[in-house]
Amino acid sequence: MVISTNDLTHHFGDQPVVKSLNLQVPEGSIFGFLGPNGAGKTTTIKLLLNLLKTQQGSIHIFGQELQSNRIGILRQIGSLIEQPAIYTHLTGKENLINRARLLQVNTSRVDDMLTLVHLTDAAHKKAGNYSLGMKQRLGIALALLADPKLLLLDEPTNGLDPNGIIEMRELLIKLCTQQGKTVFVSSHLLAEIERMATHVGIINKGTMLFQGSIRDLEALSQPLVQIETDDTVEAANFLKDRGYNISHVADDYLALPYTTKQDMAQINASLHQKGQQVYSIYKVQKDLEELFLNITQQA
Amino acid sequence: MKGFLLSLQSEFYKSRKTLGFWSPIILPLIITFLVFLGFFLKSEKFVHDPPMMLWLKFSSIPIGIMGSLLLPMFVVFIAYSVNSIEHKADTWKMLFTLPISKWAIYSAKFVYTAFLVLMCMMLFATFTIGWANLLAAMKPELKFGAFHMEKELYLLYFKLFLASLGIVSLQFLLSLLWKDFLKPMGIGFVGTIAGVILSGTVKWEYAYLIPFSQPLLAIMGTGKPHQAKVGVDLLTKEVSASLIIAIAIFIIGYFIVQRKSVK
Repeated sequence: MVISTNDLTHHFGDQPVVKSLNLQVPEGSIFGFLGPNGAGKTTTIKLLLNLLKTQQGSIHIFGQELQSNRIGILRQIGSLIEQPAIYTHLTGKENLINRARLLQVNTSRVDDMLTLVHLTDAAHKKAGNYSLGMKQRLGIALALLADPKLLLLDEPTNGLDPNGIIEMRELLIKLCTQQGKTVFVSSHLLAEIERMATHVGIINKGTMLFQGSIRDLEALSQPLVQIETDDTVEAANFLKDRGYNISHVADDYLALPYTTKQDMAQINASLHQKGQQVYSIYKVQKDLEELFLNITQQA
Repeated sequence: MKGFLLSLQSEFYKSRKTLGFWSPIILPLIITFLVFLGFFLKSEKFVHDPPMMLWLKFSSIPIGIMGSLLLPMFVVFIAYSVNSIEHKADTWKMLFTLPISKWAIYSAKFVYTAFLVLMCMMLFATFTIGWANLLAAMKPELKFGAFHMEKELYLLYFKLFLASLGIVSLQFLLSLLWKDFLKPMGIGFVGTIAGVILSGTVKWEYAYLIPFSQPLLAIMGTGKPHQAKVGVDLLTKEVSASLIIAIAIFIIGYFIVQRKSVK
């Protein structure tokens, strides 16, 4: 495991923010850390970076205890926490040069990073005049500058336009698959995480509700058969009479639990024989968002 | 040590385009230029002054201005400017996630703040000497060339720097902990006034223990024309007190930073 925490607990005053967290982030994974605002995501990341002192529990990164190996561990981590930490009076390139010198990285890497995040044209523009998306991309470039093994990114798609979000996703997938980096990325954008994560942790009110591979999470979700017909109410009643459980009826579609392909064909044939016009019939996986809501509401 | 040097270099790189870096250059340039202008335009008033007296009159104006009022407020500004770069950009969290010890980051910032104050003091001496020599060339009747107190001037400004280190350490810590400029500035302002009252007006016997009194005490009785002496006793009791206070606050500050969480 690249990150491993054991009963990690943190309080702000009397208020518990993180409760007995046991994170397990495998090497080479994109670990999506999901949770609504105020769930404890940023606090957890700050604990992982030793910005907040560990009050209870322990943190091991790269198999080493964080507190006693702080500098050695930080040398292998790139991070982006909340808003990107950028000196607005310096240009984008100067921000990178400053960090490169601090990290003793060859400054020739600065241009590579600017190219990677598509900021070459804006390299000599003051970072204070950057759009939020450009600042976010510069933040990513700063995090990647020392070629770290582990990236800790807190809401990295904040402020990015759809193109930017796609680029970021592709970049993170590339870093993971081609360069073997481990990416720990927090987000409340569930659809975003669903598209790139290999592993997921769901946190709410400081408690981990689910942790596992994205497949494990999907397995928790029961697939549905979604049917578009001309009269969904009549179709639902018809299927109910024939012993089917109807999960949901809307104006333009109805949904019922998926069992087998053959059963789905049978439903289609029955509706057709009844004179219903079936516009479409297909199997759908429960949306991660729906699943997330179910899990958090149960907690 | 490497982390310290890297951080120190970074402090210069970050600040080189800010007023925080340029004010220690601009301030002595402007003040000494105004004194030069006064002597240039009213040179007839000083024609009969013996060379030593001329030097003392010329140099005591900026020394007086800095020592009594301007230096403490200038330190407040410099200490804030070094820390405000991080406050404004919200970069403390970035600094403390670098593979550099907190000690190196903290001490490099402090040393850089002290360096800016030292640079300002040394430039005061340099510009004073420069303008005096220019006056001697432009107005030969002013006999600046017949006397030399360059070494004493540098020593005096160095003494002023040492005497300001107590304020530097205090204001540095306050500016590091507080994002809001008004708090360290308010304390600095009240401290400066109190320092002037205690050391100048009231002449409290223990005023030398108060950081804000120390610069004024350091120059009191030195370089005044009527005393007609040009000696600089560097390690006076207010300078020693300033150094002890600076070291103590610097160490306390480190432990505060070490334990501080970045929220």
